[in-house]
Amino acid sequence: MARGKYDIRRYPGFLPMTVLCLTLLYAPLIVVTIYSFNDSSSITNWEGMSTRWYVDVFVGVESDKFKSAAWNSFTIAMIAATVSTTIATLAATGMIRAGRFRLRTLSFGLISLPLMVPEIVTAVATLIFFNSIGFVRGYTTILLAHIAFCIPFAYMPIAARMQGIEDSYEQAALDLYASKFQAFTRILLPLMAPGIISGFLLAFIISLDDFIITNFVKGAGVETLPTAIFGSVKQGIKPNIMAISTMLLAISIVMVTISYLVSKSDNTK
Amino acid sequence: MAAGAASGGSARSDTYKAARVWLLLPSWLVLICLVLVPIAIMLVYSFLTKEFRGGVIWEFSLAAYDQFFCSRGLFGDEPCTIEWTYISIFWRSIWQAGAATLLSLVIGFPTAYFIATRPERVRPIWVFLITIPYWVNLLIRTVSMKFVLRDQGPLNDFLLATGIVDDPLRIVNTNFAVQLGLFYSYLPFMVLPIYASVERYNFSLSEAAADLYASKWATLRRVLLPAVKPGVIAGCILVFVPSLGSFLAPDLLGGAKNFMIGSLIEEQFKGNAGNWPFGAAASMILLTMVLIILLIFARQQARAQKGAG
Amino acid sequence: MEKSAPDTATIAVDVRDAVKRYGDFTALKRISLSIRDNEFFTLLGPSGCGKTTLLRMIAGFEDVTEGEIFLFGDEIDTLPPNKRPVNTVFQNYALFPHMTVTDNVGFGLEMLGRTKAEARRRAGEMLELVRLSQFAGRKPAQLSGGQQQRVALARALAPQPKVLLLDEPLSALDLKLRQTMRYELKELQRETGITFIFVTHDQEEALTMSDRVAVMSSGELQQLGEAREIYETPHNVFVADFIGETNLLEVSVDQIAQGRATCHLGGGHELTCDAVEGIGVGAHVHLSVRPERLFLSEAPTEAESLPGRVRDNIFVGTDIQTIVDLNEGPRMTVRTSNSARGARRVFEAGSAVYVNMEQGAARLLVD
Repeated sequence: MARGKYDIRRYPGFLPMTVLCLTLLYAPLIVVTIYSFNDSSSITNWEGMSTRWYVDVFVGVESDKFKSAAWNSFTIAMIAATVSTTIATLAATGMIRAGRFRLRTLSFGLISLPLMVPEIVTAVATLIFFNSIGFVRGYTTILLAHIAFCIPFAYMPIAARMQGIEDSYEQAALDLYASKFQAFTRILLPLMAPGIISGFLLAFIISLDDFIITNFVKGAGVETLPTAIFGSVKQGIKPNIMAISTMLLAISIVMVTISYLVSKSDNTK
Repeated sequence: MAAGAASGGSARSDTYKAARVWLLLPSWLVLICLVLVPIAIMLVYSFLTKEFRGGVIWEFSLAAYDQFFCSRGLFGDEPCTIEWTYISIFWRSIWQAGAATLLSLVIGFPTAYFIATRPERVRPIWVFLITIPYWVNLLIRTVSMKFVLRDQGPLNDFLLATGIVDDPLRIVNTNFAVQLGLFYSYLPFMVLPIYASVERYNFSLSEAAADLYASKWATLRRVLLPAVKPGVIAGCILVFVPSLGSFLAPDLLGGAKNFMIGSLIEEQFKGNAGNWPFGAAASMILLTMVLIILLIFARQQARAQKGAG
Repeated sequence: MEKSAPDTATIAVDVRDAVKRYGDFTALKRISLSIRDNEFFTLLGPSGCGKTTLLRMIAGFEDVTEGEIFLFGDEIDTLPPNKRPVNTVFQNYALFPHMTVTDNVGFGLEMLGRTKAEARRRAGEMLELVRLSQFAGRKPAQLSGGQQQRVALARALAPQPKVLLLDEPLSALDLKLRQTMRYELKELQRETGITFIFVTHDQEEALTMSDRVAVMSSGELQQLGEAREIYETPHNVFVADFIGETNLLEVSVDQIAQGRATCHLGGGHELTCDAVEGIGVGAHVHLSVRPERLFLSEAPTEAESLPGRVRDNIFVGTDIQTIVDLNEGPRMTVRTSNSARGARRVFEAGSAVYVNMEQGAARLLVD
């Protein structure tokens, strides 16, 4: 690269900007990870390496609250991601493998609606909706809201993958006496697998991460990890929060990495 | 098109045409019931009368919009003059979101460009690096930011220790902290569309410009930027729109003085001080603003596409 | 147009008045043709002529707008593709990328309800037939283009279809491989005794492999017949021009007597050839002469001889192409075999020559 040759693509200063950009993105996360291993009860002073705050998360005063919040977060994310991925897979098949039709543009608008409406507006609307039909707020309301806004996130990678698969595979299956259902389950779904897995993982992370909508539609007493963390942080950042953050960070990175590797992988080799 | 139809009719697949309605029905049902209908009910709520402990009384009222736009004096009996309290909160939100967008553009454009000009093999790794933080919980990122920027936080420790400053920088609870938080929240949305359009850019155009005696910066301004403009605009929209309605960054980094729309709305639904019709009205105004921006954007993209085709 | 007599043999596929419309666009304009059992039948035409549409209509991937299609006497045009006992070799092969070669080849039988074991056994046989047994466990991506194409053949033949449809199956292969595969396909057809319907835009492919060829253009059937017949007695300008190389001369018919037509062309040249039904005195039509059926001489000969001047000689390996400008008339191409046996003289550019036509070489065409 640095051969001193005139390179039309190179602009001086762009590399430092990129480095700055990555520093801004990663520095806070790295700093918090380091401080989560701080032995001190105060977050300001460094008193040596320790995993005491990780232990505290599991056995400390607030551990019951965080454990039940984590369980809620996990089960909601699991169910919401499963349901929304299923719905998104069917919808993608209806949008991409079912010819042209008049409502197609409208359907696409509907699917991407949760991406266009500001999250806080969705939160308000969902709260008001459950209130107006007299639905008691709690675990179920959180779950329903999560299913709805996870659909576009699951849809995007699934649709992208489906667009990349030629329909001649399914036609060949039909030609070889498969029914349409068999062509779907034996040919299209296996070829779709990487897209479906990415869609599921993204929906899972989106659900796990959501704060605003959950904060509006959760009832009293039901917490997810983000709302529990937020409640705790309101009284000041404590070391155990940093330990939880670091664990969540690790989970996110693992899941995104899996998603990335799956999207690159190929079940045809 | 005739040509596509003639070449075997594989223009678009219709293998599952017969099942179309059943395939789409679940998504229609969920999204209509849980997104579209709620927004419609929210619109209705904004025209109802507030109940004092949260919730509404089913009685038509313009009070929410009146409260938003009209000042009627201390006792509420004077004729309407413009009420600035809420408009200025909206205005501050627009300004903050705009500043965050500009910050993202200034840092995001060179980054996106740099990534797009890497060898093809390593580009996905760079893109992956940029997107990882986005998938980390937004709350955790914002808290991390706050932790680092605190008066007694690691940043100030570092600056004091190296003697760059004598007194700790007060960053938290300023506008700048909020902008930084918003930048941190939505940066990948700026980088990715710009990256996509630079990657598609045909660099022989730059070579042609250089051949015709343009300097590098003239090439950037006159040839490259116009070509990648759609990506830049898309990136700006994708950062600006969610910033406008964001809640966490202003709430955690901005403090009470740097109130934005998100916090204003949230306040109406928390505790006993709430005013649901007013919160619904503010949400409707925010939604309208966002939809207008998206509509202008969509029309402009369509026009750009027509021009290109 | 003569319809080849369908009475002598069993008819495998009978297409009757088939029309295909996409909105305002008509891809097939009322086509009727009968394909015999055991035949290697080719649909030949330029891209967009409707040949693939017709094939996909027989396979069941396109609806028939009007008309009927019969398979051994049964009407099949309303059946879905998975209920038709015909199989297709797709242009890009469409081998299922996530399945092994064996699973691909056995897929059709499995779908027909055979046991997995039986499907595998039959797949093994088919792979032996196409000599790919050692690749049975591989995925399609690990095979070369030629091997993929043989797997596609094995897969389509495994369920023993009544008719095999081939949609330009050789177009993705390189030249050498394509030539080998032509021979292999023809062999395979003879061995299996299955009717092959082959779609191609390559006239050489069509001529070398087929028992009969249907030439199509812009949704219409132009001519149907044996390969040699199509080449030597084209019915119209399109067929003459599309199949092989030819000299197309504009002529007017002056007189017709005893089955011979006397015509003149530009520059006052005159010649006689066989009269054709439908072309009468005074008609302005085209006359086609294949370049290999012309020869050059210094002096006029017994044959139809037209005087001209050599413009250029082009060496094309097997032949030498001589471009001759007829005196005051059109330009013609003459092909002389580049062999010692032929040992015909090469005339240098600029020399005056006579262009002579072999008996029956010139043919009048309707437009």
